Amino acid sequence: MAIYIDEKTKVLVQGITGNQGAFHAKQMLAYGTRVVAGTSPGKGGQEVEGVPVYDTVEEAVSARGANASIIFVPAAAAKDTIFDAIDNGIKTVVAITEGIPVQDAMEIMAFARAHEAVVIGPNTFGIISPGKCKIGIMPNQIYTPGRVGVVARSGTLSYEIANSLTEAGLGQSTVVGMGGDRVVGLSFINVLKKFQADPDTEAVVLIGEIGGRAEEEAAEYIKGMTKPVVAYLAGKAAPPGKRMGHAGAIIERGRGTFESKVKALEAGGAAVAELPWQVPELLKARLAASKPGGGETAAAKNGNGNGASGGRKKRSRE
Amino acid sequence: MKLYEHLAKEVFAKNGIPTPPGRVAMNPDEVAAVAKEVGAPVAIKAQILAGGRGKAGGIKFADNPEQARAVAKEMFGADLKGFKIDRLLVEKKLKIENELYVGVAVDAAAKQPLLIASASGGMSIEEVPEKDIVKRPVDVTWGLYPYAAREAVQRLGLTGTPAKKVADIMVRLYQIFRAYDAELVEINPLIISAGAGPGQEEVIAADGRLNVDDYALFRHKDLPTTDEGTALEKRVKAIGLAYVELDGDIAVMANGAGMAMATLDILSRYGGRPANFLDAGGGASSEPMAQAIDVLLSTKPTAMLINIFGGITRCDEVAKAILSVKNSRGIPVPLVVRLVGTNEAEGVRLLKEAGISAYRSLDEAAAKVVAAAGGAK
Repeated sequence: MAIYIDEKTKVLVQGITGNQGAFHAKQMLAYGTRVVAGTSPGKGGQEVEGVPVYDTVEEAVSARGANASIIFVPAAAAKDTIFDAIDNGIKTVVAITEGIPVQDAMEIMAFARAHEAVVIGPNTFGIISPGKCKIGIMPNQIYTPGRVGVVARSGTLSYEIANSLTEAGLGQSTVVGMGGDRVVGLSFINVLKKFQADPDTEAVVLIGEIGGRAEEEAAEYIKGMTKPVVAYLAGKAAPPGKRMGHAGAIIERGRGTFESKVKALEAGGAAVAELPWQVPELLKARLAASKPGGGETAAAKNGNGNGASGGRKKRSRE
Repeated sequence: MKLYEHLAKEVFAKNGIPTPPGRVAMNPDEVAAVAKEVGAPVAIKAQILAGGRGKAGGIKFADNPEQARAVAKEMFGADLKGFKIDRLLVEKKLKIENELYVGVAVDAAAKQPLLIASASGGMSIEEVPEKDIVKRPVDVTWGLYPYAAREAVQRLGLTGTPAKKVADIMVRLYQIFRAYDAELVEINPLIISAGAGPGQEEVIAADGRLNVDDYALFRHKDLPTTDEGTALEKRVKAIGLAYVELDGDIAVMANGAGMAMATLDILSRYGGRPANFLDAGGGASSEPMAQAIDVLLSTKPTAMLINIFGGITRCDEVAKAILSVKNSRGIPVPLVVRLVGTNEAEGVRLLKEAGISAYRSLDEAAAKVVAAAGGAK
């Protein structure tokens, strides 16, 4: 099992004829994702990487039975495109698009709530259940199937950590990118609940950053979790009042500081890594501690499931 | 994008929220003219894009046009909270009975707009105890209805004419929030003055803040732009990259916001002092990267660290960007590159051939660059 997406998920690529849409459709197919259709208004009847293109989501869903979609349209068209998907019954929408106005995002989330759909993003790298399905723009080679759930606000930093997990023999059940914008569809708590309930997830890595209160709220939920949680937070050196790349990454009026998040997470029982590459070690220690007598963990055994990481050397510091 | 107070108030006035008589002035003569026009005494308010202006001496008063001119002469060109004063808002001084706070903000956790009000206006809302703040989430699909505003006003303890007028202003403020794609719109203080007597009290927006979502500016082309940030921050923004100036001496470039933040953290941990935050983006091509390196060099750092985890970004493209700068203009400071991911071997080879050190481990790269910059500070 995995959360949100698995080998049965049928994916629609909205905006498939654009550069990004076409490139990542190809990458997702190469990963083994069931990309069943694409949309691009006015370009119905074409094919991209062997995937049929339709003018409307309605057609794509009725012809190909898509139940998840990934959005590659420009920000100004994103609200309309996501409404289109949700209105046509798609329950999981991954919004890669960066720069969606915050008020559009609020309307999208209200629409999704009314239709019981899940929006991942916007401004996300996507979601991957290694070995089963990838809906996103992350590199294919850094993940390996296993039992660690990962939830992150940012892309490259999560690649760094996922890669270090893979190199340490800790495979992943699902890696979820919540997105770097202020208003996003999922909260840490939504994802943590899913990981807590997922029988194939044994431990969770939370990758957060300064700004907002998402990590503090997650910490409250972590208190009641039975699975170990290891966190890494970016932005310790960030000055207040400056947006650090992500719309949501800003310390405003003394709120959303690194210190407050670390304090909350530690009080919630999570281990907080000081450096990204300390995450695998902390995770192994927590897993060993959570299983009396268990040195070698199931996650470690199940890691290294594919050849992608097999040939790599471990970094000396690890 | 933050709007100047005088622009926010123009928006308020256009949408039926009363503001004090007055207007913006760009020189002392104009200040005197406006003072004469609206009638003394007047308030003279520095227009800067920062809060806490009153405490910092940015609001002065004058009893006649000549005094207004003299006050203005001192204010123009002065430095206030890091901003140079280049415009003053001159308004008729108000008689204040009562000061309120009213605002509409984005509640990120609830993914909804939030109406915020308090009977303790005039101070920063952060300083008001939580129990004295009225909060009302608004369903973005349906908007703020008058009944909801009436409930909020009742909880503020208002009655009669002021209650009616404040509720009306709340609804209008919400409409402005939506129409202008605001991240935040607030009136602090919203003033109740006695007016012509009981039943004829006046409610006036004495200050105004309207922050428009940068992501939505494409549909607000009519708004005058007020650009925050240093000259350098604006220059990098124009290339399409996120940049923040810091006070250290090691220039930093990384791809992805989270990664760029983590790079600063790690540098600091090793005793290095980052000169900036620069997110070269997840899929930046070599040209903007080369431009970004140019900008970083223009800040005259003592060393530079480039940290790339290539996913969509290809390491060989990054190497080419670095080499194009080195070959055309030269890189006069020690450069340390950490390069991992797609086409890593090719990227590292290109750099090594040109005599640039490339590392797999960020740990090692951070230690090297701090040493190159003269050690921990």
